[in-house]
Amino acid sequence: MTGLFELLGLGASAELLSLSGWGGNLLRGLANSLQIAFGAFGLGLVIGLFGAYGKLYGGKVTRDLLAIYTTVIRAVPELVLILILYYVGSDIINKISEGLGGGRVEINGVAAGIWVLGVVQGAYATEVLRGAIKAVPVGQIEAAKSYGMPAFMIMRRVTIPAMMSFAVPGLANLWLIATKDTALLAVVGFNELTLETRQAASSTRAYFTFFLAAGFLYLMVTLCSGAVFARIEKWARRGQPSLKGGTR
Amino acid sequence: MKLKALLAAATAAAALTAGAAAAEQVKIGIAAEPYPPFASLDNSGNWVGWEVEVIGAVCAAAELDCVITPVAWDGIIPSLTGQQIDAIMASMSITEERMKTIDFSDPYYNTPAVIVADKSMDIDATPESLAGKIVGIQASTIHQAYAQEYFKDAELKVYQTQDEANQDLFAGRIDATQADSIAMADFVGSDTGSCCEIKGAVADDPAILGRGVGAGVRKGDDALREALNKGIAAILADGTHEKITAKYFTTSIY
Amino acid sequence: MTGLKDLMQPHRIVMMLVFAALVIWCAFALRWDWIPKYAPLALEGLWTTIWILAVSTVLGFLLAVPLGLAQAVGPWYLSIPARTFCTIIRGTPLLLQIWLLYYGLGSLFPQFPWIRSSELWPYLRQAWPYAVLALTLSYAGYEGEVMRGAFSGVAKGQLEAAKSFGMPRFTMFRRIWLPQAVRNVLPTLGGETILQLKATPLVATITVMEIYAVSSRVRADTFIVYEPLLLLALVYMAIAGMIAFAFRRFEKG
Repeated sequence: MTGLFELLGLGASAELLSLSGWGGNLLRGLANSLQIAFGAFGLGLVIGLFGAYGKLYGGKVTRDLLAIYTTVIRAVPELVLILILYYVGSDIINKISEGLGGGRVEINGVAAGIWVLGVVQGAYATEVLRGAIKAVPVGQIEAAKSYGMPAFMIMRRVTIPAMMSFAVPGLANLWLIATKDTALLAVVGFNELTLETRQAASSTRAYFTFFLAAGFLYLMVTLCSGAVFARIEKWARRGQPSLKGGTR
Repeated sequence: MKLKALLAAATAAAALTAGAAAAEQVKIGIAAEPYPPFASLDNSGNWVGWEVEVIGAVCAAAELDCVITPVAWDGIIPSLTGQQIDAIMASMSITEERMKTIDFSDPYYNTPAVIVADKSMDIDATPESLAGKIVGIQASTIHQAYAQEYFKDAELKVYQTQDEANQDLFAGRIDATQADSIAMADFVGSDTGSCCEIKGAVADDPAILGRGVGAGVRKGDDALREALNKGIAAILADGTHEKITAKYFTTSIY
Repeated sequence: MTGLKDLMQPHRIVMMLVFAALVIWCAFALRWDWIPKYAPLALEGLWTTIWILAVSTVLGFLLAVPLGLAQAVGPWYLSIPARTFCTIIRGTPLLLQIWLLYYGLGSLFPQFPWIRSSELWPYLRQAWPYAVLALTLSYAGYEGEVMRGAFSGVAKGQLEAAKSFGMPRFTMFRRIWLPQAVRNVLPTLGGETILQLKATPLVATITVMEIYAVSSRVRADTFIVYEPLLLLALVYMAIAGMIAFAFRRFEKG
């Protein structure tokens, strides 16, 4: 067994992975990844909510534009989108800033990462939320209308709570995609977990040690998120009859 | 849901405004991928190496407030023109082709390009001996441009970083690699590089290989270019350049 | 398919005009003079993308069938490994998997000198086998999960009927179970294949010269940033459109 470990270059793993070794770098990368994933997921939800409402209740032009947005984003590889949005985004922001007479704006890596992944997430979130809103029985919304509730209050008090249970599984999936897509930012040189891993691996030549360690960290994130989302789903379904049927 | 959406909106807004602060700082772009012994990350997350020290010395001499900003190498010129960074100091050679897009300061180091291959391999740095061989090169470098021009009969494999090419040379997936002599001297002296040796320098072509490594700046950004020139001249004159070089190399690289 | 009448609504005509103006502006204001020089390379790259996509989806699907079956009805010593495999593949980024396979395995070669003298070496030293392997395993991981649901979804009554006819287990699987499960997943298969297409550019990071790598080369050689990326996005959209169209035809026919 030790022989195998030596062969795989895992011999000095414990030392390499300790916090004073390269373990700290990996954890810092993980923190960056999670920060971006959170931000992108949040931005995606905001875009998705507006997008879903636009697709369902918007005018013809809004609907067509949103259809183009979701189709394009879902057909082009994330890697290509990230490169385009990364360069276009900073160009546009600088042009606007110069146009307003301000100096150029500095865009840090985290903000850029959130922006590019958020735009990608938004397209998927639009579809998830649109489906969820459509699944809310029309009668509930009509009842709220007949009570004279303003549109925003209907959204806040009726539509969103009622659609939650339909949206959670899709959103859980989106969150997992967000965490994994942060790895793509390694290609534009952002120091998230995957790039930190590659730097550590190539500095120490212990490729297996570090790639396996990073894989383990990603897997932990996935599994923990799975547990959290399962609780959220249970909470969102409170008061609803069980889908599984029967008693357990 | 509401809370989450609000939080998300706040995060997004914060992210967009966060960048606006910190004027006057000069962002020096280096390659995010390690390039020892010039620039690499140590295990506490700091950038170290010859070039990193030179950047510090040049900025101090030119009285610039510099921050080192890692950017993906193959997107480093777009990052400069797109204003994500203000200058490139990433072992970038001054070439005609790049001068069409960006300006350069005076050179701060200069080394020849060499071919490295397995010790048992009987080749030298000529196009004839590399014909039919697999040659690994780093993307967007003078070496890629040179190999595409001169080693037309070789199979070229393009890597994002020289480090990956070195790794594949060690693994035997490529027969040879063309790169900078100093970086390669460092590599063949290391454990993984013990397989290989420097087979010789390639025939010079100044039009492609350029005339030394300089700091790249946006076209027309003469203030910064001149400040950097001043800094480079100062560290060359007062011996700082030499002192840093002595820490890493046995011979002068200017 | 949207009919001509749908397209001829006033707002859509305006949008199409705006789009046409944008295309014309792109054609004249941006630089496209590099295209003739790189066209042969781009075609080669396109071909590489397509065959890697085709091979990895077909192999991946063939692997997904036993994975799904093992999870749906297999004994614990088959279902646990199958489920673990799917969880790991789905829980880690593909980029990391690709790098682990390519550079991780690569770091082992020098320790086993006999590998280099083996007959497999000419393949092992190239990048595409790793690309195909990584993409195949990835597709199998995602599709294996889908197949699990598909196998569980086949009505039990049909299987019992077949059993009562005295049909051998394998014939039952081949004639009833598999065809129905495949029909269950067919609507999702097009989408999964498009997702797989979107994963292919990642193999450019291990030196496979597919279409994305060609566009990177153009960017590196010419310092033109947007134009190759825009064209690349267009190419992927065209391929994705064709995949969607083909699967829709396939589903109907």
